[in-house]
Amino acid sequence: MDESKRYEIERPEWTEEMLKERRSRSKAMAWALIGFMVLVFAVTLVKLGANVMNRPL
Amino acid sequence: MSDISIASTKSPEATHPNTGSARDFFELLKPRVMSLVVFTGLVGIVVAPGSIHPVIGFAALLCIAVGAGASGALNMWYDADIDARMARTTSRPIPQGRVNAGEALGFGATLSVASVVAMGLFVNYTAAALLAITIGFYIFVYTMWLKRRTPQNIVIGGAAGAFPPMIGWAAVTGSVSLESIVLFLIIFMWTPPHFWALALYRRGDYEEVNVPMLPVVAGKRETRKQILIYSLLLVPVTLAPVALGFAGAIYGGSAIVLGLVFLTLAWQVWLTGEAGDEDKSDARAKRLFGFSIFYLFMLFALLLVEQVAGLFVPVALI
Repeated sequence: MDESKRYEIERPEWTEEMLKERRSRSKAMAWALIGFMVLVFAVTLVKLGANVMNRPL
Repeated sequence: MSDISIASTKSPEATHPNTGSARDFFELLKPRVMSLVVFTGLVGIVVAPGSIHPVIGFAALLCIAVGAGASGALNMWYDADIDARMARTTSRPIPQGRVNAGEALGFGATLSVASVVAMGLFVNYTAAALLAITIGFYIFVYTMWLKRRTPQNIVIGGAAGAFPPMIGWAAVTGSVSLESIVLFLIIFMWTPPHFWALALYRRGDYEEVNVPMLPVVAGKRETRKQILIYSLLLVPVTLAPVALGFAGAIYGGSAIVLGLVFLTLAWQVWLTGEAGDEDKSDARAKRLFGFSIFYLFMLFALLLVEQVAGLFVPVALI
């Protein structure tokens, strides 16, 4: 066997359509993470209530 | 075997990068089923005694939605082989090759765990436990264990779809009560006639993939009889909220009328079958299936409207 070919990595070929799908997934993931962040923030405020300010400044 | 030969024997999917658009992944969540689940969960939250902060209520609903969607994704992962051979499900993302099975598994498993953990941290542990039971029941008990083994699959498995109002109730009260069990029972008793009506006119599909739905195993006549029996049991259960005092006159009156329509349609399915008119009976079953969705939606909508619009008129029981 030709040693130079032994460690050749088979790379996926990204077509334009696949790139488009990847972008749509990435955007959806970004929005989901932003939404989750906002939710955690809002729930934290609700749970802590007025105590949210009760910390050493 | 050399590394090169390993690479050359890989399936096209193995060398294929991640597939599927965001829309495909959203489709894995079974959005139509999810909408009914979210709606019944919302009713559980609204009807429950006490109050919940709107943000926490929203978080609870989101967790229910994500948990239900995750169950749908895991179900599609496990059932991809039979989905590909049934007309109703062949256009789903995995059979169509738009999403890899492994990705669906990872997606569903991640969302399942995330929804339960979030429910526990944001809302309360009772609701989180019920959500975990719901997801586990749907995947392990219904999808993996019962669906391909027994005609009672959707009777027992139907419990998974019946939990959401109970989860909503638990999100507010932190507990399980008789009232929330009644909401559970309404959906639990509704599921068999709903699904068997579908299975009657889709019998060929289930037969093709060896899923032992009742019409395949026991025949259409037995299925029509069972639909009628379950419908007769369902209608009194839908009146239990009135008896327990958390539904009023508007719900009660409407539930009776809707129940009578449901029974009439179930009776027509039975009668046309007995008359030997299979095509007509299948058409009636299709109509019953369509009405059953409207029926459940209306029952829960009435519970919701009575509370939200202040139309609750207590019914004095003798």
